[in-house]
Amino acid sequence: MNDMKKYVLDLRVNSVTRLHERYVLIKVTRDERLPMMMPGQFVEIRIDGEPGTFLRRPISINYVDRENNELWLLVAVVGNGTRHLSKLHVGDGLNVIAPLGHGFSLPHGEWLSEVLLVGGGVGVAPLLYQGAMLRENGIKPVFLLGAKTASDLLMLDEFRKYGEVLVTTEDGSAGEHGFVTQHTVLEKRRFGLIQTCGPTPMMKAVAKYAYSQDIECEASLENMMACGLGACLCCVERTVKGNLCVCKSGPVFNIKRLTWQL
Amino acid sequence: MAKLDVTIGNLKLKNPVMTASGTFGYGLEFQDFVPLDGLGAIVVKGTTLSQREGNDYPRMAETPMGMLNCVGLQNRGVDYFCREIYPELLPTGGTFIVNVSGSSPQDYAECAARVDALEHIPAIELNISCPNVKDGGMAFGVTTKGAASVVRAVRERYHKTLIVKLSPNVTNISEIARAVEAEGADSVSLINTLMGMAVDIERRRRVLSIGTGGLSGPAVKPVALRMVYQVAKAVKIPVIGLGGIMTAEDAVEFLMCGATAIEIGTANFIDPKVTIKVRDGLNKWLDSHGYQSVQEIIGAIE
Repeated sequence: MNDMKKYVLDLRVNSVTRLHERYVLIKVTRDERLPMMMPGQFVEIRIDGEPGTFLRRPISINYVDRENNELWLLVAVVGNGTRHLSKLHVGDGLNVIAPLGHGFSLPHGEWLSEVLLVGGGVGVAPLLYQGAMLRENGIKPVFLLGAKTASDLLMLDEFRKYGEVLVTTEDGSAGEHGFVTQHTVLEKRRFGLIQTCGPTPMMKAVAKYAYSQDIECEASLENMMACGLGACLCCVERTVKGNLCVCKSGPVFNIKRLTWQL
Repeated sequence: MAKLDVTIGNLKLKNPVMTASGTFGYGLEFQDFVPLDGLGAIVVKGTTLSQREGNDYPRMAETPMGMLNCVGLQNRGVDYFCREIYPELLPTGGTFIVNVSGSSPQDYAECAARVDALEHIPAIELNISCPNVKDGGMAFGVTTKGAASVVRAVRERYHKTLIVKLSPNVTNISEIARAVEAEGADSVSLINTLMGMAVDIERRRRVLSIGTGGLSGPAVKPVALRMVYQVAKAVKIPVIGLGGIMTAEDAVEFLMCGATAIEIGTANFIDPKVTIKVRDGLNKWLDSHGYQSVQEIIGAIE
C-alpha cells in the first residue's frame, strides 16, 4: 500500500463542543480544500503554549465533512496535552500533520456479508468516518458501541446516520448489559468483517471472538508515539513480521498480523 | 546569501545542517516535508551487522522539554541496508551518512567495511554511545580505551570520512574525543542522549521497558553546548554539535561554541520541516548580521 502524501496544515477551529466531562469534539477547517484523508488514519497535533507538553498528540480522524471542508477530532481529555486541546476557542489556530498511517480496509458494494464496527470509549471516534465511507460504498454497517454507563456513549445520532447502532453498557443503563462481546447480536447474525477500535482488552476480546468464528478482523492500535512518521521507532507493536511502527504500518492491523494470544 | 558550505574530513557539505541518527529514518520518511538534497547531510538510522529487533515497548516517555527513548537500535542489518535501502536513497540527491553500531570492535569494523563499499556513502558516524543496548554501544564510548579500540578496528577497514559520535555520560568527554582523534577519526559528533529515567507513580514502576533511556530535546541543550565548547578546544578535527537544536539561533549557538556542523534530532518530531527552516534561518541570520560566510562564526566565542 502506498503512503498518501502528508502535509503540515495550519487549520482553524470552527467549533469546540464538550460532549461529556471527558470528551470534546473539535471541528477544524482552512480556506483551502483539506487533503484527502481515509478512515482509521490519524493526525499529529502540535500543542502550543502548554509548557507541560513537548511532543505532538496523535488523534484519530473522527470524520471528514467534505461539504463544509471540516475535519472532526473527538478528543478524550487524559493529560496536559488533551486538556489544552479541550480549551481551544473558535478561531484558534491548530497545526496538524495529516494524514498519517494506514486505516481500515474499505470493502465495496459487491461485498456480500455484513460489516460490524465495534468501538469502546473514545475508540468509537474513527468508526464514524469508517461507517460513513462504507455507506458511501453501498454497505450499511452495524455499529456496536460499548461504554461503562449511558452518559459515556458518544455521538449516537451521528452513527445512526450511516447504520444500525447497537449498544452495551457495563451497568446496564443503556442497551444490553455487559461488554460488547456479550451482545446478543453476535449470536444472531453472521458478520463477514469486524473492525474495532477501543481499549486494548476490549479489542483483544473482539479479536478472540472474530478469530474463533473465522471472521476477518481489523483492530486500530494506539501505542504511545513520538514522530508519527515511522522514523523514531518508539510506537512499535510486535507482529508476525517483527516490531512494526503503529504510526506507519498501522494504526489499523489485521489481527492475523499481530501476536495477540487468540 | 552567506556562504554555508563546510568541510568534515574529506566530505564537503553544502551547508552545516545535518540530521541526527534515529530521528529522521532514512530521510525517505520526510520527503513530503523536506527536499533531501537541500540538507548538508542525512545521518540514517543506526545500522548493525545483523538485524536487531530493538527493545520491547514502551520505548518512549515525554519529559519537560524533551523525551526519553530506549529504542535499542532496531534495524534490519547492514546487508539489508545495502541491498534494499541504499538504492532508494540515490535518486533523492541527498548526502547520506550511515550511523554504524556494534557489539565488538570486529563487529563495528565489518559493518563499516560493508558500507565502505557503497560508492555514494561518503562517510559513517560510529555510534559508540547508544545508552539503550546491553552489549557494546555506550560501553565502548565511556572509556578512552574502549573508544580507541573501536575506532582503531574501524579505521583499518574504512577509508572514507569517519565521524565518531560521543556519549555525554562520561566524566571527561574531551579525553574520549582526543582518544578517538589519535586513532584517526576525522570528526566527532556530540552529544548522544543523556541517560535518564521516567517513573509511573500510579503503577509504581519505571515507564520504559528497560527501565532507563536516553534524554534528548531542548532539555539537554545547555549540557551539549558546554561539551561541544570543551571538545572543540581539545581536538583539531572538526566537531559536529547536536543536542536540543530547535531553531536557527540554537544552531548559531553551537557553531559559535566551535561546531563546524550541527545535527537536528528530536525537533524533527515536532516539526518535520525544521531542518530546512534552520538552514534558511541560518542564512538569514548570517545575512542580517553582516557575515559573508558561516566560517566566520564557527568557534567565534572565546
